[in-house]
Amino acid sequence: MISAAEERYYIASQQQLIWRRFKKHRLALISAAVLFLLYFLAFTYEFWTPYREVTQHQGYVNTPPTPIRFFDAAGNFIGPFVYGLDYELNLDTFERVYTEDTESIHRIRFFARGEPYRFWGRFELDLRFFDAGEGKVFLLGSDQLGRDVFSRILAASRISLTIGLVGVFLSFFLGATLGGISGYYGGLVDIVIMRITEILSAIPQIPLWIALAAIVPIDWPVTRTYFAITIILSTMTWTGLARAVRAKLLEMREQDYIMAAKIAGASDMRIIYEHLLPGYISFLIVNITIAIPGMILGETALSFLGLGIRPPAVSWGTLLEGAQNISNIALYPWLLTPALAVIATVLLFNFVGDGLRDAADPFKEL
Amino acid sequence: MSFSKYLIQRLIYAVLVLIVISFLIFMIVQLPRGDAVDRIVNARQAQGDIITEEDEAALRAQYGLDKPIFVQYFIWATQFARGNMGHSMLGIPVDKLINERIAATVLLSVISLIVTYALAVPIGIYSATRQYSLGDYFWTFVGFIGLATPNFLLALILLFLFHKFFGLSIGGLFSPGVEEQPWSLAKALDLLNHLWIPIIVIVTAQTAGTIRTMRATLLDELGQQYVVTARAKGLRYRQLLFKYPVRLALNPVVNSIGYILPRLISGQTIVAIVLNLPTLGPLLFSALLAEDLELATSILMIQSILAVIGVILGDIILSLYDPRIRMEKGVS
Repeated sequence: MISAAEERYYIASQQQLIWRRFKKHRLALISAAVLFLLYFLAFTYEFWTPYREVTQHQGYVNTPPTPIRFFDAAGNFIGPFVYGLDYELNLDTFERVYTEDTESIHRIRFFARGEPYRFWGRFELDLRFFDAGEGKVFLLGSDQLGRDVFSRILAASRISLTIGLVGVFLSFFLGATLGGISGYYGGLVDIVIMRITEILSAIPQIPLWIALAAIVPIDWPVTRTYFAITIILSTMTWTGLARAVRAKLLEMREQDYIMAAKIAGASDMRIIYEHLLPGYISFLIVNITIAIPGMILGETALSFLGLGIRPPAVSWGTLLEGAQNISNIALYPWLLTPALAVIATVLLFNFVGDGLRDAADPFKEL
Repeated sequence: MSFSKYLIQRLIYAVLVLIVISFLIFMIVQLPRGDAVDRIVNARQAQGDIITEEDEAALRAQYGLDKPIFVQYFIWATQFARGNMGHSMLGIPVDKLINERIAATVLLSVISLIVTYALAVPIGIYSATRQYSLGDYFWTFVGFIGLATPNFLLALILLFLFHKFFGLSIGGLFSPGVEEQPWSLAKALDLLNHLWIPIIVIVTAQTAGTIRTMRATLLDELGQQYVVTARAKGLRYRQLLFKYPVRLALNPVVNSIGYILPRLISGQTIVAIVLNLPTLGPLLFSALLAEDLELATSILMIQSILAVIGVILGDIILSLYDPRIRMEKGVS
């Protein structure tokens, strides 16, 4: 006799088995959840940020992160609020020194009407998640033009997070198609495609990216630059995917069930889509997840050099461009916070990738 | 197949690959930007010169730009193969500019490679033999962070920390004024002092990846039955470890030399721009920004040649290390 639990295990589909194995990977599961949250924030960032990412706050240049207070100077509980800021010029360094004005108290209001914005560039709204009214709340400080770093990081996540996805789908399309043709048909086609991937991967990647990105005209609109950069990033990434797909297909097409399908008279297309694709789709997903961080890092590097996304559009790379100057970072270390966003995102993707790789391995015990 | 025959095959193939690459690079750099004559004409007109159609045509003929793009490529490629790389826009011969920087590029890449393996192999062995220990978790953590941090960021962060805590500026390969001096012990020490920061930055990502490979393959090997058998027969653990599993686990690691070298050359580009190192990367960057196309094409080409040489060296080392590879790969 087998128990009900065992029966469920034996009749579970491949997807269900993978999901079960993935759920066991605590770190990967949590990382996946956080990533979903990040993408959600990126798609709706206008609501979560207190200011527009391009607003320059007069008189608030290079302010350090605003502390959120709960008790006033006398120790009375008020709830979350910020003090107003005074500044004076330090005559030795000619830097502004900001001090809190404990007389002026600005409560933080949630779901409040704040600075108006256009949601997705379309709908005129002014509802914001939080706002400090007359006071200024810079959770991660402000930059050299008085723009809120927190708002800018969230706004930048829309480009930085999606460029990896779009780029990966592009290289996925190229890699899976060409790798699939190569592995399934073999022969001369195989040799040609494999030689192309070899030649492309022999060119040093970042110099080639720089050369390609330098072609993109400066006066192109943001969306066109965006797609140009994704295409540039995909030029090198698809080769790895194509080789992986080919290797997997070579291994699979020798299996008996493929031979059986052939003898039964199934067409090539039917064999590819009905019998081969389900076998390596999980493998593809794993490879895609692993390829995304490389794309994100690539975009950051190009934008950092001023060759990728260009202001006024914001990505994490363009934000870091402002941190190129060492004396700037030494004085205003919060300008490096976009780096944390990059590192965290890449880490999360790596954890999810690791978890998926283990989950998709059919020979791994539950 | 004999080793020399294998080597000759590899070299011929490498030359073919480089020819295709040179064509790609030529197209990427030169094609989309209009031609040099347009820029010269614009520059001269900006200075107030009057340039007729005939002048323009004469200039075009002088630079060979009146010919089809394939002919242009052919002329450029044959000149390049002879070592004649033309002049940069500032009138300095390209090969002089490149020669100044090639030594630093190669030096940095080779040292980075050695440091990568010197760190990754022992740490990989340590992590695999003490799986799930505190040290293993520590190195896994460091590895993940290393993989996730773009290396130019690491360079920025290190620059910042050194500036803040030691008041040092660590850009470049020499302290100001030292580079022009003749070689001496003091100069070598100064170089070492400046070298280790870029090396750390460049090797981090590759080391992290190699540690993971080493750890994973060694763990696979340690689970094999021959290990149990050898232990049962009374072989000492340390003796066994280095004689069989480690040697086998080194295979994929040695195999990775072929692609790690191109990646080191690629990865140091941005680091070199941030740290202002006298390597090819920053020169390429400024050449592209200034639209100095002759220079940019040549640098990309030299970097690709270095990368391909790296791949061949990797293959040679691997085939010496593991003769089975030579037999398999020799055919294709």
